Amino acid sequence: MTVHVLPTSENHQEVRHHTPWQEYFGFSLDHKVIGIQYLVTGFFFYLVGGALAGMIRVELITPMSDFMTRDTYNQVLTMHGTIMIFLWIVPVVNGAFGNYLVPFYVGARDMAFPRLNAVAFWMIPPAGLLLVSSYFIGGAAQSGWTAYPPLSITTPAVGQIIWILSVLLLGGSSIFGAVNFIATILKLRQPGLGLFQLPMFCWALLGTSILVVLATPVLAGALILLSMDIVAGTGFFNPALGGNAVVYQHLFWFYSHPAVYIMVLPAFGLVSEILPIHARKPLFGYRSMIYSILGIVFLGLIVWAHHMFTSGTPPWMRLFFTIATAIIAVPTGIKFFNWLATLWQGKLALNSALLFCCGFIFNFVFGGITGVALAQVPFDVHVHDTYFVVAHFHYIVFGGTVFVIFAAIYHWFPKLSGRLLNEHLGRLHCLLSFLGFNICFFPQHWLGLNGMPRRVAEYDPQFQLINQISSVGALVLAISTLPFLINVFWSLWKGQPAGDNPWKACTGEWLTSSPPPVENWLHEAPLVTEPYDYGSTEGTMAVTAMGGRDLWSAGD
Amino acid sequence: MTTITPQSTTHLPNEQQAAALAQSHHPDVRLFGLATFLVGDGMTFAGFFAAYLTYRAVNPLPLGAEYELELLLPTINTLLLLASSITFHQGNKSLMANQMATCRGWLLLTAALGITFMAGQMWEYFHLPFGLTDNLFASTFYALTGFHGLHVTLGAMMILVVWWQAGREGHFTPKNHFGFAAAELYWHFVDGIWVVLFGLLYLL
Repeated sequence: MTVHVLPTSENHQEVRHHTPWQEYFGFSLDHKVIGIQYLVTGFFFYLVGGALAGMIRVELITPMSDFMTRDTYNQVLTMHGTIMIFLWIVPVVNGAFGNYLVPFYVGARDMAFPRLNAVAFWMIPPAGLLLVSSYFIGGAAQSGWTAYPPLSITTPAVGQIIWILSVLLLGGSSIFGAVNFIATILKLRQPGLGLFQLPMFCWALLGTSILVVLATPVLAGALILLSMDIVAGTGFFNPALGGNAVVYQHLFWFYSHPAVYIMVLPAFGLVSEILPIHARKPLFGYRSMIYSILGIVFLGLIVWAHHMFTSGTPPWMRLFFTIATAIIAVPTGIKFFNWLATLWQGKLALNSALLFCCGFIFNFVFGGITGVALAQVPFDVHVHDTYFVVAHFHYIVFGGTVFVIFAAIYHWFPKLSGRLLNEHLGRLHCLLSFLGFNICFFPQHWLGLNGMPRRVAEYDPQFQLINQISSVGALVLAISTLPFLINVFWSLWKGQPAGDNPWKACTGEWLTSSPPPVENWLHEAPLVTEPYDYGSTEGTMAVTAMGGRDLWSAGD
Repeated sequence: MTTITPQSTTHLPNEQQAAALAQSHHPDVRLFGLATFLVGDGMTFAGFFAAYLTYRAVNPLPLGAEYELELLLPTINTLLLLASSITFHQGNKSLMANQMATCRGWLLLTAALGITFMAGQMWEYFHLPFGLTDNLFASTFYALTGFHGLHVTLGAMMILVVWWQAGREGHFTPKNHFGFAAAELYWHFVDGIWVVLFGLLYLL
């Protein structure tokens, strides 16, 4: 690989490295190209999954299943969950931002295994197409993203088998990615860069990757056994043949509870990168952040059965998993106090990136509180499989992680493209997302507490008004995507040039051109041993000379 | 303390620097990557073992079915597989001493032991009194040994590829032999899994 661009010191603002567009559709080995491939593919599936969510909310405007049949509704909710989790959130927070940022943060010119990296990405489009195509060949899977037997054994087999194949492919992709991250972060740091000098996102991804390597293979094993039950007629999870359906639940949740942390820990890492830059203060409590991540990784592996309190779990198991789950709120709480302390008395630049992060903090704390409530057995038994769980989960994954994904897009778009996004449209996007999200999901707590079950196309007419409010929120959410899409396409075409370092940030990705050259830096990789050194010198005092205010009109 | 110069950080590199960058390489971490992957692979087996142990604890078999298995052949098989780990290690020693002919001999012996193991496994499959769907224990038995057998087959193929590569002059050197080391690590892993599997399925 050669260095393509040789900018001169006078006009380096103008000379940009342009990756030929064909490369984004090919087997590129450049971690930045792969990161953008993950991001764009993921966003495409976000739109697909969002359309499915829209269909669910349209169906639930009336208590009867009049928009689609019950079977179709089951397919739609299964596909919505699977697509959003396995094709949007996991690939984007890990694959997209991880691949783009980690080599910069460790001072490397690429990931440890570029070829494996490209293979991992290229497993995703076929898996996604396979999943979507199952709609058209015999109907998609109907048993939810959890695929609990015996339901998944008795629903039409073709869709379920395609679903299993697709999830196995995506799981494999995730494991390859995690192996790559672990090797890159632990083994590819430039000389002189210690583990405790890394940006927090590296630690978050290290923790996430450990979870992926330990937990995802267990899901793969469970799905292999499930497919044998469906195809070969074995009875691992089929009580009618002497099997045990609860064993599937244990294996499934041994992966799928850590999967929540696989979706959320990288988001924690991204917030830890974005907040200090836009608050112009060092990240508060660096070490405690790291120990919190490690604590969450460890505890995340031993709380899975709190999803199974109504599955005949014995009392000692309920006791253990309740306590372990409640304890996980401690490291998580430490992180949130640290972020608030980072914001405290900072020189805040209230731009879209920071506003989305604040939205994340608000939503996630609320989802965390309902999470601790759900860990208590008496309460959990009451609201199990109701809309309360749906609301809680979406506060964590949508209000939490998806808000961070948008914050990260506003923050790193200038680096990816060389152009700034429009701030007015960005703030409109943030406002609409926040309102739409809370209108959509907040009422669902009430629905769940009052006993509306999830995953059913029809409901008691007394819930109609609240469901309609929720559907209005979903409409606002759908509309909120428009300013974002307009912003991205318009800014790519005519956005204000960003320059190398529009936020005056300290970390490695900003110490090169925008977009960066093929091997990241034309010069020696910069050794950044204090990634959060903001506010100590004149140059790092404010995002811009005017202290953030002028960013209000940065897009004009 | 690092000096941060946010404004201008791209410099014009001279040709020598550019050449040095193009040549720059990082340490070989492929074996580390493989080890990480094998931890994950081991977790798949761990999931299977956990499921199997739960079944044994809480799911009674139907009348007439039992957990007893013929032990002679599997014990011989276990010894064969353990011996193959030793022969692979001997091959590694010869490689370190740069005696490629001896090394290839050990590799061939290792592959032969692996293939004999698989042949024994096949023979056992054809002579067992139960089939895949007969009862929960039968299904678990075939799933576990089958999944492990898949690993042995893959490993034996890797060993044959390494054996062929070792025949090419200078392909493996005492200092540079990733393919060899990877196959060996993988083979020891597959052996280790078998020991646990043998203990759980046959002896427990």
